[in-house]
Amino acid sequence: MSHAQDAALGHDAGHGHDDHHDHKPAFFQRWFMATNHKDIGALYLWFSFFMLFFGGLLALGIRAELWQPGLQFWKPEFFNQLTTVHALVMVFGAIMPAFVGLANIMIPLQIGAQDMAFARMNNWSFWLMPPAALLLVISFFMPGGAAAGGWTLYPPLATQFGIGMDLTIFAVHILGMSSIMGSINIIVTILNMRAPGMTMMKLPMFCWTWLITAYLLIAVMPVLAGAVTMLLTDRHFGTSFFNAAGGGDPVLFQHVFWFFGHPEVYIMILPAFGVVSEIIPAFSRKKLFGYGSMVYATASIAILSFMVWAHHMFTVGMPVTAQLFFMFATMLISVPTGVKVFNWVATMWRGSLSFETPMLFAIGFVSQFTFGGFSGLVLAMAAVDINLHDTYYVVAHFHYVLVSGALFSIIAGVYYWLPKWTGRMYDEKLGKTHFWLSTIFFNITFFPMHFLGLAGMPRRIPDYALQFSSFNEIASIGAFGFGLTQLLFLWIVVKVTFLKKGEPAAAKPWDGAEGLEWTLPSPAPYHSWDVPPTVK
Amino acid sequence: MFETMKQRVACTLSLALMSPLAWAADTLPEGNQPGNYPLNLQAPKSGIAEQIFNLHSMMLVVCLAIFFVVFGVMFYSIYAHRKSKGAQAAHFHENHVVEVIWTVIPFVILIALCIPAAKTVIAQKDSSNAAVTVKVTGYQWKWGYNYLDDGIEYVSALATPRDQIDNYDGKSAAKNAHYLLEVEPGTELVVPVGKKVRLLLTANDVIHAWWVPQLGVKQDAIPGFIRDAWFKADAPGIYRGQCAELCGKDHGFMPIVVRALPQADYDKWKADTKARLALAKDDPNKVWALPDLVARGKGVYEANCAACHQASGQGVPGSFPALAGSKVATGPIADHLGIVLKGKAGTAMSAWKQLSDTDIAAVVTYERNAWGNNKGDLLQPAQVKAARQ
Ligand code: HEM
Ligand SMILES: [Cu+2]
Repeated sequence: MSHAQDAALGHDAGHGHDDHHDHKPAFFQRWFMATNHKDIGALYLWFSFFMLFFGGLLALGIRAELWQPGLQFWKPEFFNQLTTVHALVMVFGAIMPAFVGLANIMIPLQIGAQDMAFARMNNWSFWLMPPAALLLVISFFMPGGAAAGGWTLYPPLATQFGIGMDLTIFAVHILGMSSIMGSINIIVTILNMRAPGMTMMKLPMFCWTWLITAYLLIAVMPVLAGAVTMLLTDRHFGTSFFNAAGGGDPVLFQHVFWFFGHPEVYIMILPAFGVVSEIIPAFSRKKLFGYGSMVYATASIAILSFMVWAHHMFTVGMPVTAQLFFMFATMLISVPTGVKVFNWVATMWRGSLSFETPMLFAIGFVSQFTFGGFSGLVLAMAAVDINLHDTYYVVAHFHYVLVSGALFSIIAGVYYWLPKWTGRMYDEKLGKTHFWLSTIFFNITFFPMHFLGLAGMPRRIPDYALQFSSFNEIASIGAFGFGLTQLLFLWIVVKVTFLKKGEPAAAKPWDGAEGLEWTLPSPAPYHSWDVPPTVK
Repeated sequence: MFETMKQRVACTLSLALMSPLAWAADTLPEGNQPGNYPLNLQAPKSGIAEQIFNLHSMMLVVCLAIFFVVFGVMFYSIYAHRKSKGAQAAHFHENHVVEVIWTVIPFVILIALCIPAAKTVIAQKDSSNAAVTVKVTGYQWKWGYNYLDDGIEYVSALATPRDQIDNYDGKSAAKNAHYLLEVEPGTELVVPVGKKVRLLLTANDVIHAWWVPQLGVKQDAIPGFIRDAWFKADAPGIYRGQCAELCGKDHGFMPIVVRALPQADYDKWKADTKARLALAKDDPNKVWALPDLVARGKGVYEANCAACHQASGQGVPGSFPALAGSKVATGPIADHLGIVLKGKAGTAMSAWKQLSDTDIAAVVTYERNAWGNNKGDLLQPAQVKAARQ
């Protein structure tokens, strides 16, 4: 490892010689000026964990109000702020940063690189997030409160709010910058820093899915930035992009927003595919079935995701040809997605299966994510969507994809790699309890929402007609159960990370696990891969 | 208040006169009663809704079938190929034939699903040859209906009293059977049964969506644009729905009620309503005295403005400005009129030009003479009429 390269990696040149002895910088330098990919990954993960609880608290605010018909706790305008900020915090504060955190820690370990390509920029991409989150939080305390137009921020409604909306727009700008920097880092790292012998077709699935995701991010974050910037100038600088009275078109915003928004939901699910594609083979003690088709399926999903945005807009009144096109294109995505599911099932078929916590969450992911896929297929039918759009059916659908999909896969990944990060085994019994409680409460919360939507309950309403009361009560009970269960997760992680309780972990604690990361000792050394491994 | 009271009495009376005809029981769709656990789409009451219902059922069956096959296989593995049962892992990890097959089969299933779906989409979009055309305008938070062929025009708003809704102290009044799904008497959208009704939708402020599940229509109402949709009610009855696009704080309180009548009753309703509306129409040249105008203005204010500015005129700090002591309500009357007529861009204050000259004159006058605003001046309807030009 040359000194020039050390400098590029952000290490103080004078300390270069220490790298080999696992020397860690002092506390402030280490955590506030972090350049080490594992430290930055840890920062991302803790940040997202914190945001998960904050967003969850807002969700419980929603569910508390909806427990019974009538207005019990919040004014309707505050209810709308709760739903909006809940969604923004979960999407941009919890799910995306958690995946970036996993990428930061795992990609260099998996490809045999010493660090991320641009370690100094990596520090920036992380430290942009807390101020952005702060903007979202303080917007609640602004006159008029936080943005209250739903996470989709549709104008003209979005032009009616106060300064909280501007803070939200700035937060989105900053988060977008962070994502783009993070993506550049990931792409360059994967393309340039693989260990000798690691061809693209030997890349671990998690790296593949992140590589493709990073391209999606670079493609769409500027689109979102453009949309919210236009919103900002409409609000303050007299433009009329989305104001029909001034010659603009409110529907234009929706097209631009969803051109970002649809790929965005794949940004939240492709890395999840990667994580479970690592875990299922490990606990099946069998290689991933159809590696090649997994790669092609991921790429096809990513490409198709750019052609289906208007399926969020079947009720705006599109020409019939457009409706038909977007309906067909959307349904087409289920083909590569189906291939992935079949491959996971085929991986388990005739394996030698065991069910440690990561595997449980991965199986929970596959079955429940698929369920969300089916409800997506129902929604793809433009004609049926007319009756389901903007109802609780949609809320059920995307929480099956985002909670039992994205979030479950993140949790699975954390359990799977925790021994590698901390050098200790988490408490398996508690982990399994966490899984079962999560799954049960998750379904109690969101399964009834399908029925609510079918029966005609609109979403984003603080109060509802009496025929919706029975299922709402069940959903609220489930939500509080789910929320409390996550405290158990916090405890499990704190126990191994800070209290250092738990059996010491072997270098390869899962006997079926494959990949370079398992050839390093547990915990992985602070500076790993000083000498790049060779892949045969 | 008196004015709206009078209207309410008139509506109720005219409804009472028609009630011997009792078109249909005014209930919620089967299975959708309070306390029930409705599991499916509301019972369809139009051809399109029926097609939607069948498409959904078909999808459900196909999806469940795939689900059981795929996860049957998975759960079999989980059961039979467990390490704890001594299962040895096989070594295959690729099979091109299988992979091609399970790409092609779903593709074929999709095509089969798309054909009936496309037919319904095409039918939904064909709004030609309508018997009745109604222009629907979304307001924050009401629906305006305008029968283009007959000049009938009125506004439909939530009728549920606030004390049923507000339960902050845990003591709300008992909720009635149509809680949140009822509109002020006489303001339902009335249509003839079995006839194609075409809706032309637009909005005055933000995007709303007009949705009645049993009739299979949902269409966004977009400010500055006109979109169309249609439905044909199969049977006489009352069909209820709600706004389906987040449109601000009272989005959850924007119900839609459609009353489908046999043609003869519909014709009678039309004639009665025309007569009633003509009676209620004011002469814009009438000269009003201050107390009468203030009294009328109070009713207009409570029906339209109090949702944001509050009955007390105090507004909601940060969201909606107070009118008590405000610059506008105590400043030049022309500016005050201007903001009511044209709204204020970039805020929730929309233009109220849909109100009659008399109503606008009354509400402006009321605002200048209530809550301690003692301007003592007044606006005559004729001045409003002039200002509109
Ligand atoms: C267990 C935890 C959660 C609960 C109980 C919960 C609950 C809810 C509820 C009830 C709504 C509906 C608001 C409405 O339409 O009126 C909602 C909206 C939403 N949630 Fe969650 N949620 C949870 C976790 C998540 C997670 C992890 C995500 C991840 C991205 C997420 C993303 C969203 C989004 C995007 C919306 C749409 C908000 C909008 O209408 O603009 N939620 N959530
Ligand atoms: Cu609305």
